[in-house]
Amino acid sequence: METINKRKNLNSACALAVLFLVVILMDQLIRPTDSMAMLLTVIRKGSIYALVAVSMNLLNGFTGLFSLGQAGFMLLGAYTYAIFTIPLDERVFVYKYYDYLISVSFPEVLGNLLGGFGLLLGVILALILAGLVAAGVAFLIGLPVLRLKSDYLAIATLGFAEIIRAIFIWGKLGPLTNGSNPLKSYVRLNAFQLHIGDTTINFSTLVPLAFAAFCIWIIVLLVNSSYGRAFKAIREDEIAAEAMGINLYKHKQLSFVISSFFAGVGGAMLAMFASTVQANNFKSTMTYEILLIVILGGIGSISGSCIGSFLFIAASEWWLRGLDSGTFLGIDAPGVFRNGFRLVVFSLIIMSVVLFFRRGIMGDKEIPEVMARIWGRLRTRMRGRAGKGGEAADG
Amino acid sequence: MAENVLLMEDVTMQFGGVVAVDNLSLEVNEGEIVALIGPNGAGKTTAFNCITNVYEPTNGRISLNGECIAENHPQGKMKALYKGENSGKYQRIVRHTPDQITKRGIARTFQNIRLFSALTVFENVLIAKHMRARHNVFTATFRLNAKEERRMREEAAALLEEQGLLHLKDSIASSLPYGLQRRLEIARALATGPSLLLLDEPAAGMNPQETQELTDFIKQIRDSYKLTIFMIEHHMDLVMQISDRIYVLDFGKMIAHGNPSVVQHNQRVIDAYLGVADDVAD
Repeated sequence: METINKRKNLNSACALAVLFLVVILMDQLIRPTDSMAMLLTVIRKGSIYALVAVSMNLLNGFTGLFSLGQAGFMLLGAYTYAIFTIPLDERVFVYKYYDYLISVSFPEVLGNLLGGFGLLLGVILALILAGLVAAGVAFLIGLPVLRLKSDYLAIATLGFAEIIRAIFIWGKLGPLTNGSNPLKSYVRLNAFQLHIGDTTINFSTLVPLAFAAFCIWIIVLLVNSSYGRAFKAIREDEIAAEAMGINLYKHKQLSFVISSFFAGVGGAMLAMFASTVQANNFKSTMTYEILLIVILGGIGSISGSCIGSFLFIAASEWWLRGLDSGTFLGIDAPGVFRNGFRLVVFSLIIMSVVLFFRRGIMGDKEIPEVMARIWGRLRTRMRGRAGKGGEAADG
Repeated sequence: MAENVLLMEDVTMQFGGVVAVDNLSLEVNEGEIVALIGPNGAGKTTAFNCITNVYEPTNGRISLNGECIAENHPQGKMKALYKGENSGKYQRIVRHTPDQITKRGIARTFQNIRLFSALTVFENVLIAKHMRARHNVFTATFRLNAKEERRMREEAAALLEEQGLLHLKDSIASSLPYGLQRRLEIARALATGPSLLLLDEPAAGMNPQETQELTDFIKQIRDSYKLTIFMIEHHMDLVMQISDRIYVLDFGKMIAHGNPSVVQHNQRVIDAYLGVADDVAD
């Protein structure tokens, strides 16, 4: 049993390593002007959304808490990350109308100390801080809010996310959040480059993918641990879970805080991906997008959330772009294909996915289970065919 | 005198103006099988919910192994509404959450089976082991508790084997036949390591043969796990066969108690179950 598990782990580690290598190669070979450049964007944004979707799934799919506060926690993460990574010299230009309050930039401090590696370390530190801020706020919000159930919890968390957004653009907080002006000049994905002599190795696609993969791996470990089982018990039946000695409040709070931590990290990574951070980008529409990914992928399936997020981002950012710009798959219909038509087609696709996959693409299964099932089915079919062949030969 | 495991003193549970359990006092001694019977709506399950602290009793005290696990007296609006007796007798307020009660050693099953239906049989039992583990979320996530996790799994597997469910380990709980779901629910309750087991209608929906099997099963788990069992049941065959003592409730009040033969011949019990003729000649 354990040797099988070890081999499985080794296999997935190898697969991941190969994937990372491919991504690094793509990063070097694809120029920003290539038509395939969108693929890189999809991988970057897709992995960030995958992390946030998985964090939401931990709460909605595994603990059964219907929460819609994700955008609020992402906002907290994004602002924390930006505030702690803007280089000191740039702060004057970023905070045009306010005297900036915080004058420390992790990547700069550590970068000066340790060079290129310090930059990475500083970014990681800022990401963790972003997660911690989101988690801390989640803890405070959770105290009153987690006593609510189902729809009421959703309304309360949605309200919280909107309030956070309003607070962040409040002028009095300007020295910290720059009011309604955007934060910029912080460390972005394009900063991750390695110079060896004349050649430059670009890591700006690998970094979000690797960070997201690492965080999702932690969530997978959590879900498969004893605590994950307790979360699922709460989802299945709160009263029975309580009768089995599971402290409902403690476990709900735990799930909420951990989910928010990773939403915060995801928000910070989204800031790295975008060029500016602005509170108005984190509207409730963003939560709905993530909820859509979770539902499309399958509530209670981590691999479903990942697949869902890459499909969602690829469709909305890449494959259907032609519908906006006039030509799509070589079809030119200027009267029909114009701005906004993409959204119509996109909604139709989503509706048909929901119609044909009632429980999402993956249901509540994970990739290995589905693969094993498909493999089993194929094998029986092959055997059946071989058997028939044998009979024919006999006759 | 036998040590009493469970002691209920003057427990009254009043919902608004409705008195569901009225001044109920009873005790369950170590190693006994005690049944709580009564017509529908007599307040049996409410009494169970008071013991497990799902409800907070309006008045009275409940103790487990001599330690108070719930105590209350009418407060606030209830002061004026209270219809029961002994309202001045209890001063303290002691309350817990159901999970704390489970931790103190009371496990229960439910009238309408409440399994974690989408999870496997093994997971259902394993979840009950979560409470007593010494891990925290960090050590559990990063597998720093491998030894403990292995022990939990071994214990759960051993328990399933004892209950004859091991071959169904990986099936989904809701796919089991009804009788086995009942048995799994009991196995899950046993996994919490209780000293007192509360069974809420364990034979509900079972045929006579299954009921007979259950009778043997309950005795067997009492002996092998050194349990005290307090159960609600409607199957009189089962109740009369295995109970050491019986308490009878009607409209929240205890109308009779004693050993099975005494209760069987008690006129008030017969009246409560069969009804009293209106035109009794006097």
